[in-house]
Amino acid sequence: MDNLIALLIAAPLLGAAVLLVGGRRLDAVGHWIGTLLSTTSFVLGLVLFAGLLGKDAENRTLTQHLWTWIPVGGFQADVTFRLDQLSMTFVLLITGVGSLIHLYSVGYMEHDERRRRFFGYLNLFLAAMLLLVLADNYLLLYVGWEGVGLASYLLIGFWQHKPSAATAAKKAFLVNRVGDMGLSIAIMLMFTTFGSFAFGPVLSHTGDTSEGRLTAIGLMLLLAACGKSAQVPLQSWLGDAMEGPTPVSALIHAATMVTAGVYLIVRSGAIFNAAPDAQLAVTVVGAVTLIFGAIVGCAKDDIKKALAGSTMSQIGYMVLAAGLGPIGYVFAIMHLVTHGFFKAGLFLGAGSVMHGMNDEVDMRKYGALRTYMPITFVTFGLGYLAIIGFPFLSGFYSKDAIIEAAFAKGGTQGWILGGVALLGAAITAFYMTRVMLMTFFGEKRWQPDAQGHEPHPHESPKTMTIPMIVLAVGSVFAGFFFHLGDRFLHWLEPVTGHSEGDSPIGATTITGATLVCLVVGVGIAWARYGRKPVPVVAPRGSLLTRAARRDLLQDDFNHVVLVRGGEHLTRSLVYVDHTLVDGVVNGTAAGVGGLSGRLRRVQNGFARSYAVSMFGGAALLVAATLLMRAV
Amino acid sequence: MNPVNYLYLAALLFTIGATGVLIRRNAIVVFMCVELMLNACNLAFVVFSRMHGNLDGQIIAFFTMVVAAAEVVVGLAIIVSLFRTRHSASVDDASLMKL
Amino acid sequence: MSFPLLTATAALPALGAVATAAVPAARRTAAKWLALVVSLATLALAITVLIRFDPGGDRYQLTESHAWIADFGVRYELGVDGIAVALLALTALLIPFIILAGWNDADPLETGSRRWRPTQGFFALILAVEAMVVISFEATDVFLFYIFFEAMLIPMYFLIGGFGDRAHEHGEAAASTQRSYAAVKFLLYNLVGGLIMLAAVIGLYVVAGNFSLQEIAQARANGSLHMVTGTERWLFLGFFFAFAVKAPLWPLHTWLPNAMQESTAPVAVLITAVVDKVGTFAMLRFCLQLFPEASKWATPVILVLALISIVYGALLAVGQRDIKRLVAYASISHFGFIVMGIFAMTSQGQSGATLYMVNHGISTAALMLVAGFLISRRGSRLIADYGGVQKVAPVLAGTFLIGGLATLSLPGLAPFVSEFLVLVGTFTRYPVIGVIATFGIVLAALYTLVLYQRTMTGPVKPEVSAMPDLRVRELVVVGPLIVLLILLGVYPKPVTDIVDPAVRQTMSDVHTTDPKPEVEAAK
Repeated sequence: MDNLIALLIAAPLLGAAVLLVGGRRLDAVGHWIGTLLSTTSFVLGLVLFAGLLGKDAENRTLTQHLWTWIPVGGFQADVTFRLDQLSMTFVLLITGVGSLIHLYSVGYMEHDERRRRFFGYLNLFLAAMLLLVLADNYLLLYVGWEGVGLASYLLIGFWQHKPSAATAAKKAFLVNRVGDMGLSIAIMLMFTTFGSFAFGPVLSHTGDTSEGRLTAIGLMLLLAACGKSAQVPLQSWLGDAMEGPTPVSALIHAATMVTAGVYLIVRSGAIFNAAPDAQLAVTVVGAVTLIFGAIVGCAKDDIKKALAGSTMSQIGYMVLAAGLGPIGYVFAIMHLVTHGFFKAGLFLGAGSVMHGMNDEVDMRKYGALRTYMPITFVTFGLGYLAIIGFPFLSGFYSKDAIIEAAFAKGGTQGWILGGVALLGAAITAFYMTRVMLMTFFGEKRWQPDAQGHEPHPHESPKTMTIPMIVLAVGSVFAGFFFHLGDRFLHWLEPVTGHSEGDSPIGATTITGATLVCLVVGVGIAWARYGRKPVPVVAPRGSLLTRAARRDLLQDDFNHVVLVRGGEHLTRSLVYVDHTLVDGVVNGTAAGVGGLSGRLRRVQNGFARSYAVSMFGGAALLVAATLLMRAV
Repeated sequence: MNPVNYLYLAALLFTIGATGVLIRRNAIVVFMCVELMLNACNLAFVVFSRMHGNLDGQIIAFFTMVVAAAEVVVGLAIIVSLFRTRHSASVDDASLMKL
Repeated sequence: MSFPLLTATAALPALGAVATAAVPAARRTAAKWLALVVSLATLALAITVLIRFDPGGDRYQLTESHAWIADFGVRYELGVDGIAVALLALTALLIPFIILAGWNDADPLETGSRRWRPTQGFFALILAVEAMVVISFEATDVFLFYIFFEAMLIPMYFLIGGFGDRAHEHGEAAASTQRSYAAVKFLLYNLVGGLIMLAAVIGLYVVAGNFSLQEIAQARANGSLHMVTGTERWLFLGFFFAFAVKAPLWPLHTWLPNAMQESTAPVAVLITAVVDKVGTFAMLRFCLQLFPEASKWATPVILVLALISIVYGALLAVGQRDIKRLVAYASISHFGFIVMGIFAMTSQGQSGATLYMVNHGISTAALMLVAGFLISRRGSRLIADYGGVQKVAPVLAGTFLIGGLATLSLPGLAPFVSEFLVLVGTFTRYPVIGVIATFGIVLAALYTLVLYQRTMTGPVKPEVSAMPDLRVRELVVVGPLIVLLILLGVYPKPVTDIVDPAVRQTMSDVHTTDPKPEVEAAK
């Protein structure tokens, strides 16, 4: 059964190769090939899952060694896969949601002439993402890590003829590269510390080294996670990434790739457990992003960007939980899975709305869509209830557990983190209710598009609605299913470890407080967007709103400091290279040239003047000889 | 007689020749002065040969004569062709060989 | 006596060059085919060398040794170690692609042109360069190496100055002025380096009494040849200077952008992927083996220069407006990585550097040749003249992207392996330098993606709207290179297996060992 692991990756990789190299001949069937291979991978995942369930909880780690990748001196990198409960969870999420989104894309991309290529990229993404979660060492993980970055680059920029899409793709890759730098430094640190970067040796020897080194490794891993998971300060790419087709936003920028940072932190739990300072940094990043993303989500009128803010914020929850150590790991992953369901569902719903509305994304130009798109409305609504943490839906269980764990951290830190998490819950309720009300309720505010076509909202085809329904079902029941008898906890515990913190306040009180926050958030949103009609043109808004519309000015900061500064730097360097470095050489050449120009004048053509110099030279030689004799 | 006196004579002839090369413009005269210098050297060679009791100097003197003869042939030919084209035997008129 | 395989590998292209040049003017196509066949036969010989080479065997294999200039102890000595074999194979591999890519680059401008057989000359010169590069990799006699190291300049000078890029925004006259400027600059820089090296070569002879690399290195290693510290350092600097010009290392780099910009794309590949490798290769072979102590003494300065090259080259690449200049500055950045790996004095660093030479050759060839195809279609080297090519010529854009991704060292492609090895190798000994060098990977992404975005994406510019996609000949050039990039990225073991023993030898020459990991050292 171990040998099946490689096939998990091989299937979508084959799909990508066939679709991208195959050329136009495959245009007619390409999308089905892609979907089929992605589903194959999912079925394989289920088979492996069944196999794991058949074993004892302690023996559920399978490894498969394929070949030695880089053998140089003491530096040994292998292509080895590791399938344990943690990676299994991810495999099912990635291939499951991935297959659904493949199916959805068949309908969504129907009119795009480059659909085959789109599916090729999607398959490439699946392969890279699976490699990321199945790798048995950090260097192989790094391959997957950058591989998903590449797929994300290709897919964000899929509509390359739009300059905005191409710029967004480039930005995503670059910001991610900054994070990747962190990962490569972490790997180098591991190599100098442990002589290895495979999970086994590294994670089992954390006791043999100093806390300072572990903190350094932890912080570098955190930097990597920040890049990939769009956490402050590397969050700026995620909003722009919404330039990509909506299925991409659902799969990559909501359900799977952006959660890789959480995976990395949880996987490296042993390092963080031994480095409290690094852990603290993780929780701070998580808490700040949680609020940051939520505030941005409140101000955006673009439905996808509002959802992107929400994604950032929800991943902030996960990172916060992962930073709490063994009290939080399991809940981070649980929220990751439930979030995968409801956020993918929400994005697919948004895509369905755009599909019906001539690709309009501005929520101020929606309104009253519930009667025109009933299935979209219901599935989106269920996702909405799940994300705000409506009792007994998925988000309720997973988010509540994180808030409890935050309080259980204890001390002042516990109160602050718990408070932030509660505040986040309230804001989540606010902005999601806002999205819901602006899109599906109120009056029609539809506008004709640039070509003057009036929108005719209609329900999307079956290939699109079926995935939405499946995800909605997941959004509703997954949390309850995981929670029942602490199933998820027992499943993951052998890998991540788990400890109960001691919370200063009772679980029931926290649940109550969460529900109060929820009601307050929904209430404010209803007061502002439900009771009064929504203006088509956005009002000027308060200072905070205006800042939030511009992603809290972080982009402006980047632009002024990094982009402008960088431009000036490169321009002045080009100048320096031309005038100074090259100038020295050219100056020498010019000097030699000038000198020879002077010397040339001695050659005046008069034979007698040459004779004078000959005699002079001879006299000098004789004089020199005599002088040497005398000395 | 003291052979050193012959050396003085050689030095004197050489100086006369060199001065002539430097100050005269007529190519023929310059040419003759060059011959004078060559013969001054020859004289010095022969004297040294005599002083050191070594035949090398005399042999070199023969070489010099041969070279001088060859030089006369080539040099006169050049001067004649110069005179034909320019109707002048002044060395300063032929100053085109410069950059 | 066995068949002189190494001599044959160098002699074949040399004879091929003569034969190609002798093809009558009217039979241009025959000359092209002849050159291609010769280069392929050389490749076959190089592969034979690769097969016959036993990684576990002696350090220098397939050796040949004949007296040459007995009075000065100069011998005709050839031999290859793992590093040389890898680079020999790379050279032999790239030349057929260079010839094929430059198939039409040297056709006369108008039919019936009276210029001296430019086509035959072009291909003959390429083969001549190949012969000299090959023998430079093989020579184990310092003097023999020096001769071909310098002689290479002659055909290169004519290739740069005589067969420049026809795409020039200021017309043919300006192009020819700039071309000769670039060619002369190339020549002067390398001559100055070469002269200083000549002085050091003579100095070495005075000190050691012969030119044999093996003998001197052995005598150095067992202590029978003592050099005064000052002498060793001066000799080292003399050698290193020449190699640093050729590599090129900051601040001796400015000839490269000019030379690559003005020459045709295949010649630019020849410069950066083949000829420049002799410089970095010679650092490994001559500087470290002949002057181990001086090498260690100079390491801090050289590492800083390499670091500056990495960051400076990348930053300048970002600021370029000319596609070929951009690739040139990217190469300067990459050469910084190679030099850094060599002088980090760790087995990861040096294996990585050797691997880097191979991978950089392939990846730059892929990127530069596709860029050449692009430039020949539009007739301009300026980035701003392109836009939206992806829409019109998707295969061209795709291969360009893959070449670019290789340049930015995307994992899964070959350059990643070598770049990471160099970084790790440096980091274990010099953490701060390693970390700063890591910034290079962000900058690499920046210049590559900016280049791709400006040329390939966005609205289709009217001038490119009729651009044809890659032709069969061009696909034959790019396809195998891309396959190799992927293969060596996923399974670099065949190369590392060959290179590793040679690197370990070099490490022991300089009397260093890898730093132990902290956990292991504590035990």
